Amino acid sequence: MRAWLLHHARAAGAALRKLGRSPLSTLFNIIVVAIALALPAGLYVALTNIQQAVRTLSPEPQLTVFVALEASKAEVSLIDTRLKEHPQVARLRYVPRERALEDMKRASGMGGIAEALERNPLPDAFVVDAADPAPDVMDRLRTEIAAWPKVAHVQLDAEWAQRLDAVLKVGRVALLLLATVLAFSLVAITFNTIRLQMLTQREEIEVTTLIGATDGFIRRPFLYYGAGLGLLGGLAACGFVWTATTVLNGALIDLSYLYGARWEVAQLSWRDSASLLAFAAALGWLGAWMSVARHLGRVRPR
Amino acid sequence: MIALTNVTKRYPGGHEAVKNATLSIERGEMVFLMGHSGAGKSTLLKLIAAIERPTSGKVVVNGQNLGSLRARAIPYLRRNLGLVFQDHKLLFDRSAFENVMLPLNIQGYDRRDAARRARAALDKVGLLGHEKALPVTLSCGEQQRLCIARAVVHRPAVLLADEPTGNLDAAYAAEIGELFRAFNQVGATVVIATHDVQLAERLAPRLIAIASGRVDTLAAAAA
Repeated sequence: MRAWLLHHARAAGAALRKLGRSPLSTLFNIIVVAIALALPAGLYVALTNIQQAVRTLSPEPQLTVFVALEASKAEVSLIDTRLKEHPQVARLRYVPRERALEDMKRASGMGGIAEALERNPLPDAFVVDAADPAPDVMDRLRTEIAAWPKVAHVQLDAEWAQRLDAVLKVGRVALLLLATVLAFSLVAITFNTIRLQMLTQREEIEVTTLIGATDGFIRRPFLYYGAGLGLLGGLAACGFVWTATTVLNGALIDLSYLYGARWEVAQLSWRDSASLLAFAAALGWLGAWMSVARHLGRVRPR
Repeated sequence: MIALTNVTKRYPGGHEAVKNATLSIERGEMVFLMGHSGAGKSTLLKLIAAIERPTSGKVVVNGQNLGSLRARAIPYLRRNLGLVFQDHKLLFDRSAFENVMLPLNIQGYDRRDAARRARAALDKVGLLGHEKALPVTLSCGEQQRLCIARAVVHRPAVLLADEPTGNLDAAYAAEIGELFRAFNQVGATVVIATHDVQLAERLAPRLIAIASGRVDTLAAAAA
């Protein structure tokens, strides 16, 4: 156990020294890895922010219940009672048809049309806040109320939010695809880097094999090198994303000031950053492992 | 300690480097494999160190039949051997001391213990003053001695040397011969492939003559 830990500590140390020995090429490798990681990470930040913005902009989805024009006052109040007693209804607002007409008259551009009307074409309406805003629950509630007598039409007025949600879902799928492609490229980068490393260290591999090194002993520093490359690339990617969001926030402050609001782009969270680093290190490790498995037999004697 | 039975090694292309060789080396013996260049001495050493596998026949080292040894077990077999190469095979990007440390690092020695053993080995070959030197700054004889220090630092039971005095003048060769004698005296089995007759006369080991891949029994009897 102690020897095992010692071997790992030494391999990690050797990998670090190797990274430090050629700083320029290491730097370029890190930048390539960082770009491969920063693209999906940046897109992820953008998507999360859009989602957050949508959630704050769009109020809870509401149902508007339009009562049939020919309904009597008694029938309207019956609907009112039924809605009030319904367990799924959280809040209820009654908009009488006279008020609706007043609103229409006050609305710019519509005043003339409303004046010209001989009689009020607008129905009584109820605006319903549901207890549970989940889309399927809302949908069931809508069909239920629409079947009541003297209810002309029930409208779910959060459809634009649903559409946006669907667009975001497409965005997430695109993000996943992009992340997959770039994960492959990260593996390919480490694979190739390790291959070059092994070629330049051909002699060392040969000699250590001849004096009794196991495959594990030879492989270990390369694995640490790959993981280290991934980790440093991940750190740089976090740095890129952080810088980009900070710069963007600086520009947004001026813009939001003009609109009298406060807009801010949220940074990549600590948890997401940590998983990005772990993911990058794991991919680097994987690329190194594949490379050593593929090339060890060719570099080493026999 | 080492036993070859009817061993043949044919390289791809059909060249037979070793033909039906049978020989046996006891524990603690010093043996010279003598013969001209290309006689098959190096191949015999490689067969013993499991660097090459025999085309046919049986190689037994330290009680282990190399033919039935799994690839994963070979590193552990080699840890019982000390290899001295004609071309030294030193690592030129690290100091003499780090070169000697290499076998100990591979075997997971504690750093302090390893450093002590490495200094002892360097002292034995007379290179203690050069421990920080890079191999390129050492002379050919010093490089060969460094290679020997690396081969013996982990106290192997068997020392295999391929033309250890190949490129050295007589004085250096004599020095190196004395090193091998010293290791043999403390109990190591020493097998040296060489065509250096002076060295053989000086150390008076058991001689095994190799001629075009065959163990030449007549010559061995004559010696």
